[in-house]
Amino acid sequence: MDKVMRLASENGLVLFSKSSCCLCYTIKILFQEIGVIPTVHELDQDPEGREMERALMRMGCSAPVPAVFIGGKLVGSTNEIMSLHLSGGLIPLLRPYHSMAN
Amino acid sequence: MDFPSTQFVSSQTMATYEPIHQIGMWGENFKSISNPNISASVIVDVVNKLENESETTSHEMLASSSKHDQEASKPFDKIQRRLAQNREAARKSRLRKKAYVQQLENSRLKLIQLEQELERSRQQGLYVGGGLDTGHLGISGAVNSGIAAFELGYERWMEERNKQICELRSALNAQISDIELRILVESGMSHYFELFRMKSSVAKADVFYVMSGKWKTSAERFFSWIGGFRPSELLKVLVPQIDPLTDQQILDVCNLKQSCQQAEDALSQGMEKLRETVSATLASDQMGQGIYVPQVAMAMEKLEALVRFVNQADHLRQQTLQQMSYILTTRQAARGLLALGEYIQRLQALSTLWANHPRKPA
Repeated sequence: MDKVMRLASENGLVLFSKSSCCLCYTIKILFQEIGVIPTVHELDQDPEGREMERALMRMGCSAPVPAVFIGGKLVGSTNEIMSLHLSGGLIPLLRPYHSMAN
Repeated sequence: MDFPSTQFVSSQTMATYEPIHQIGMWGENFKSISNPNISASVIVDVVNKLENESETTSHEMLASSSKHDQEASKPFDKIQRRLAQNREAARKSRLRKKAYVQQLENSRLKLIQLEQELERSRQQGLYVGGGLDTGHLGISGAVNSGIAAFELGYERWMEERNKQICELRSALNAQISDIELRILVESGMSHYFELFRMKSSVAKADVFYVMSGKWKTSAERFFSWIGGFRPSELLKVLVPQIDPLTDQQILDVCNLKQSCQQAEDALSQGMEKLRETVSATLASDQMGQGIYVPQVAMAMEKLEALVRFVNQADHLRQQTLQQMSYILTTRQAARGLLALGEYIQRLQALSTLWANHPRKPA
């Protein structure tokens, strides 16, 4: 979907979320702990939210939110972000787009 | 308690039956075992009665045939043959009785097992229902069988794990080759992953069951975090056991510890947010409306996120183990797995000890 891809490429780290979703909240906290600030789009506050959800599902996400895009590319949901972080791959991926407070 | 009376009533007329007919009776009795309502002791009594009567019958026959003997000169071997036939019949009768009683014992054990499962399911049913008697027997039936299947699987999983710990211990002491040690490490790892698969399955059936840690011992439950052990705790137990580490390994372990802690904290805070959300949804400003209000259904929707949290926590546990296995050498990984296994065994021993220690009177 155009809107999703457009928003995803606008910033280095983009998070599609819902304000009521606690797992999305978890991802937000994780980014906070790492020291990065994602660009967050709350789908439940977007008039086209439903369509965006469907688009995210079509891209292969098991759940529409949370969905993380880095550098315009879909990285995945909580599973993928956590695996990436534990393997030490998340921070290097973010480095070109964010100044890290290490 | 009812049992097929027709077959046993006919035993009254058995005095005139041939031994062959008695063997047929055993076959009929076999078929009636499928009814578990029959009390084992009652059946054994009747069975004894049958056997006594069969022996009585052969005596009577002997008596009648010896009477005959005096009148007409029956050849001696005919009597001998008759005696042998009776002995054979009695022997077969005893064998069938033995098999019959054995089958009864098995059925009795099965019955006890089923009763225990039923009791457990009833308790689970109350737990799932949460006090509201909605009578959703169909749903709770599926839940209970999911839980029963998990508990059975977990028992087997435990036995296998204890076996693996022994194997690791002797392997490390015996200086076996790295290749053979690798096999043990791989099976140890995949064994843990198997547990996570089982938990994921039962979490779909009843996430509160997984959260409660009911299948674990009390001391294990004390350390429980979102339905299992804390990944950071895991690292704390493992790392001192796997010295010496190279500089690169020390760095990698340090990074893993940090990222693991961050992920754990994020999940903990997410769980806290979930509790707040559910609580806020339930507590409306419309108190006084009773319990059958939309708030409860809304809270239930929110609670469904709990399954995702439990899965996420297990995923974190799995990833922590996986990453450690990448960082460590085979030998270190084997020592680590042994340390982890023994730690949990000690927790379980602690639970048992605690359960049995004498308490001061109140």
